[in-house]
Amino acid sequence: MRSLFLATAALAALSTAGLAQTTSYSQVERGRYIAATGNCQGCHTVPGEAPYSGGRPMPTPFGTIHAPNITFAERSGIGRWTKDDFWRAVHQGIRRDGQRLYPAFPYPHFTKMPRQDVDAVYDYLAALPRVEKESPPNSLPFPLSWRRLMAGWNLLYFTPGVYQPDPARSPEWNRGAYLVEGPGHCGACHTDKNLVGADRRSRHLQGGELDNWAAPDIRAGRNGGIAHWSDAEIVEYLKTGRNAHTAAVSIMSEVIEYSTQLMTEADLKAMAVYLRSLDSPARSAATKPAESVMTAGRAIYADNCSACHRADGTGVPRFFGPLAGSNKVRDPNPTTVIRILLEGARSVPTQARPTPLSMPSYAWKLTDAQIAAVASYVRASWGNDAPPVTEDTVRSLRQTLKETAAH
Amino acid sequence: MATGDWSRRHVLAFTIPATLAAAATPGLARTIRGHVPWTPGRVDSPYPFDGARFLTPQERRCVSAMVERLIPSDARGPGAREAGVIDFIDNQLAGFYGRGERWYMQGPFGPSTPEQGYQFEEPPAGFYRRGIAALDSACRERHGGRVFADLDAATQDSVLAAMEKGEFELPDGVPAKAFFGLVHENAIEGFFCDPLYGGNRDMVGWRLVGFPGARYDYRPYLDHNGQRVTLEPVGLKGGPAWTPR
Amino acid sequence: MKKLPPVDVVLVGFGWTGAIMAQELTDAGLQVLAIERGAWRDTPTHFPPTTAPDELRWYWRKEMFQSNARDTLTFRNNRDQVARPMRRWGSFLPGEGVGGGGVHWNGQTWRFLPSDFAAQSHNTARYGALPEGMTVQDYGVTYDELEPHYDRFDKLCGIGGKAGNLRGEIVEGGNPFEGPRSAEYPNPPMHMTFSQNQFIHAARQLGLKPFPGPSANLTRPYVNPLGAQLAPCSYCGFCEKYGCGNYSKASAQTTILPVLMRKPNFTLKVQNEVLSITRDNTGRRATGVTHIDLDGNRYEQPAELVILCAYPLSNARLMMLSGIGEVYNPATGEGLVGKNYCYQVMAAAQVFYDDKFTNGFVGAGALGAAVDEYNGDNFDHTGLGFIGGGYIANWTTNARPIETHRTPEGTPTWGSQWKAAVADNFLTSTTVGAHGASMAYATNALDLDPTYKDAYGQPLLRMTYDFTPNDRAMARFLSARATDIARLMGGREVKVVLRDGPYDSMPYQTTHNTGGTIMGTTPANSVVNRYLQSWDVPNLFVMGAGVFPQNAGYNPTATVAALTFWAAAAIRSQYLRNPGPLVQA
Repeated sequence: MRSLFLATAALAALSTAGLAQTTSYSQVERGRYIAATGNCQGCHTVPGEAPYSGGRPMPTPFGTIHAPNITFAERSGIGRWTKDDFWRAVHQGIRRDGQRLYPAFPYPHFTKMPRQDVDAVYDYLAALPRVEKESPPNSLPFPLSWRRLMAGWNLLYFTPGVYQPDPARSPEWNRGAYLVEGPGHCGACHTDKNLVGADRRSRHLQGGELDNWAAPDIRAGRNGGIAHWSDAEIVEYLKTGRNAHTAAVSIMSEVIEYSTQLMTEADLKAMAVYLRSLDSPARSAATKPAESVMTAGRAIYADNCSACHRADGTGVPRFFGPLAGSNKVRDPNPTTVIRILLEGARSVPTQARPTPLSMPSYAWKLTDAQIAAVASYVRASWGNDAPPVTEDTVRSLRQTLKETAAH
Repeated sequence: MATGDWSRRHVLAFTIPATLAAAATPGLARTIRGHVPWTPGRVDSPYPFDGARFLTPQERRCVSAMVERLIPSDARGPGAREAGVIDFIDNQLAGFYGRGERWYMQGPFGPSTPEQGYQFEEPPAGFYRRGIAALDSACRERHGGRVFADLDAATQDSVLAAMEKGEFELPDGVPAKAFFGLVHENAIEGFFCDPLYGGNRDMVGWRLVGFPGARYDYRPYLDHNGQRVTLEPVGLKGGPAWTPR
Repeated sequence: MKKLPPVDVVLVGFGWTGAIMAQELTDAGLQVLAIERGAWRDTPTHFPPTTAPDELRWYWRKEMFQSNARDTLTFRNNRDQVARPMRRWGSFLPGEGVGGGGVHWNGQTWRFLPSDFAAQSHNTARYGALPEGMTVQDYGVTYDELEPHYDRFDKLCGIGGKAGNLRGEIVEGGNPFEGPRSAEYPNPPMHMTFSQNQFIHAARQLGLKPFPGPSANLTRPYVNPLGAQLAPCSYCGFCEKYGCGNYSKASAQTTILPVLMRKPNFTLKVQNEVLSITRDNTGRRATGVTHIDLDGNRYEQPAELVILCAYPLSNARLMMLSGIGEVYNPATGEGLVGKNYCYQVMAAAQVFYDDKFTNGFVGAGALGAAVDEYNGDNFDHTGLGFIGGGYIANWTTNARPIETHRTPEGTPTWGSQWKAAVADNFLTSTTVGAHGASMAYATNALDLDPTYKDAYGQPLLRMTYDFTPNDRAMARFLSARATDIARLMGGREVKVVLRDGPYDSMPYQTTHNTGGTIMGTTPANSVVNRYLQSWDVPNLFVMGAGVFPQNAGYNPTATVAALTFWAAAAIRSQYLRNPGPLVQA
């Protein structure tokens, strides 16, 4: 029986083995926390492989970029980087060899991070197990593959500089603004982009689209997508992956899994305070779906959706997301609603709420016209006011997803 | 924002992590650790009616005639004929069910008791074939050369009643009672199954009894207190109400 | 055969008991591997609301259950017959795949009575010697010992119900006959519908004390002590024989797997079938198991602890195939493995209304009201000719149209009259059912079939079973009591349903197969001790209803689960400190 506890002992050893001898434990822990606020692990890890060992493909409309290995492996990682090299990459988007990074690495946000925080992340990464693993080459077509072009991009869209607090605002607001706009890089997904992939500043955090998902409006002030959420509900969402209004799915799942669930309540509260200070212009009224579409949509909804989302769209808060008032459902961009109907979706499992409550795929069961009808119905019911969805839009997304899955 | 705006799928940011789909663990992985597997878009969906047939036209006539007496079209409404029960049965016999793929079909086969259930060498499709041939042959012998389908309804009923009681001897060692039992079971399946499988066409079986079909929420009706709950039936693939017109 | 790296614990089978054991032993820090012969399955992919309400597929085409093609069992009523294979399932439906039968259970979650655990000593003391041939015995564990573990299972599942005995105080509205509970049910009872209200009214007229059936169909949103979320039941009527699509029936999937599957010290291997338990030269120590994958590759999996968590019939068979213990021989009374196979004895009365609608599709697996006056030893059996009993209940589990056709007495089974009767009574009838105990007899047993083999060439299990004199007397008694209640429920007519003749392996009755690896007080009367530990091989434990020495008049799941928690606690608190027999023979 002596071997019974061997395994546990080995596990415990593994978790401390990587700690560097020269850096203090508290500095590494600080770095771990800051890395979490930036969700570094999410992009730099292929699920199931060693954390931070890179290789994760990131499809962009311009081609596929692979996140590099940022363990301190000598050959394939950043083992030869100095703290200055690392700072330059994070703060200015310039690699150790002087080449410019693509903003798939969100340095336009990370530039707001102060030097001591970036150094702490460096110390944390240095303490991790080193994994030699080459990332596949990127597949950007010329001229985008020409990294020097990024200099021009940076000139137009990138302002380096550490976050400067607004003295007129509270320390809590400033902390929240720093986290949201800096390491949290929320705008990377939630802000609409222009033709060359830079933020449209007038649409800041009002929703964006990426990889065939619509990231919804997350402004929480007047008229914003989450105007009806309280501070506590925003904190709960970021901590547990769900709250009375919605549940996190798809890409946001990773943000919560690797980042926000690991953050302190005080930091999450600060983010909430900042988001709730961001007002939006009032929405203009949307066109209503045709009555025949509403009739069919209502029937499909009653027969397929009401068991979980309830007949009145109120769902089961914290279990099955309410559709009434949902920023995903109300998004002018219907991509997420259609995609969830086609593919299903799962609530992110978190430490606090480990059950991955999931919606099944309806792709086999509903035609494009039926999906368009039920999507239009939920977007125009119970106070929701988003424009109808067309059959063509569903068909096109179904086709795109099929092609993506085939790759 | 105009609705067309979102479709600029070619204009996306450089910012996204790949979806989990790209690296998801396949659902069929045999060793699972560290997570609850899930793959977007994947559902273990049913295997609908696909038009395949097993029975010859002559055999179909026999089984049609049987099921139309078992569940007749009458004053109470449509029966097996309108429900497409024969199409259901024929399609089932042509598939895994008819081939007995999920049944234990190893020998030896020998004398058995009724309590031991199905003990025939053939899977259902083969048993149908042998049973139909035996039934038609017995009918020819006793009813002036006419096969079962050519008998009048009353005679068919008396043959079926005798089969059910085990009082109708069939050639080739076919136990009439067991053959009757299997056709009876399949006829009821075909009359009341989801229309996806080719039977219960237009949900006539469900309408007859008042079953609302593939629904998943009856909470609004818990306090029915003995009053009838009337709902239009719906199949797994819906009904006419689901398509905008 | 490829030898795999050793693990601390290997679990054979991954349903309710496997999931509970894995959760408990990984918590203790052990490396646990579960080997399941069926496939991975989970709510959104394998039984979501979009595919779950499909009667033909799941029940009639048996897609939820163990594949007969690979492995079934042979059956005969008595030793004079030649057993024939159950070529397809009928009377009972063993599960297969992750979650096991717990995916397709109804959720009726009962505790056994304190006296059920001492059936031999209790009944002998009250009524004198048991009849010739009856092999009933005590469990070796008491209700009071199991109570904390029953309570854990209630909370794990979020059982809805009403306590009738709280720490010895009888509580109005609950079951006054139940053993003392340490706590109220974690959730309120299900919402009774018309049929239950009629039953409750009728039972009260007879001076009985009806109460809501304890239910693992969730009556409100619930977060269990592990943090798993269970959603409220939508009363869709697709529980028994179906997976629940909206997370509202307690199962391994909904209660444990979200937490267990994340643990680094837990591994699940699916679509691999365990073929045998391996032992060292002494035969007193299990060294692990052998298993085979779908491609026919064979593996040797070493482990310090082997725990059988498969279906009772499969656990008994694996013991026999591995040559652990002696197979019971009814002719000589020698041997213990396979002994005391028991089942469940059902009786019913159907009520037909003229102008009232029961709307049976508005249902749930454990939506019901029950009375317990005629269960166990809650009544005087003097002169009745049987021991044990059953609860009598009105459940509205479904109105699935292929399966459920109640027709009045004298209705033919086909033709216009049948069709009219089905149409007229489908929504206007209900059943009062008695769910009775099954007492062990020397004649009912399991062994290996001499002729038939599974897909891997190993002998099938052979079941020899028929209803016993005790069963028949009890069924007649319970049927009469059920009829008394049914007649007061305001219907037009009542039809008594009583199975006469030999036990028939084909019509569905219940999937409550027990015995074969029974627990007890000494190696002379049992396969496992009170901690479910093999007397012969102390690092082998056997879970499941196979350890019941005889079956009580309740659904078995809660007792199976409580025994698993109890065994896990013994392993954690005693065995790991001092590996070896936990009870000295």
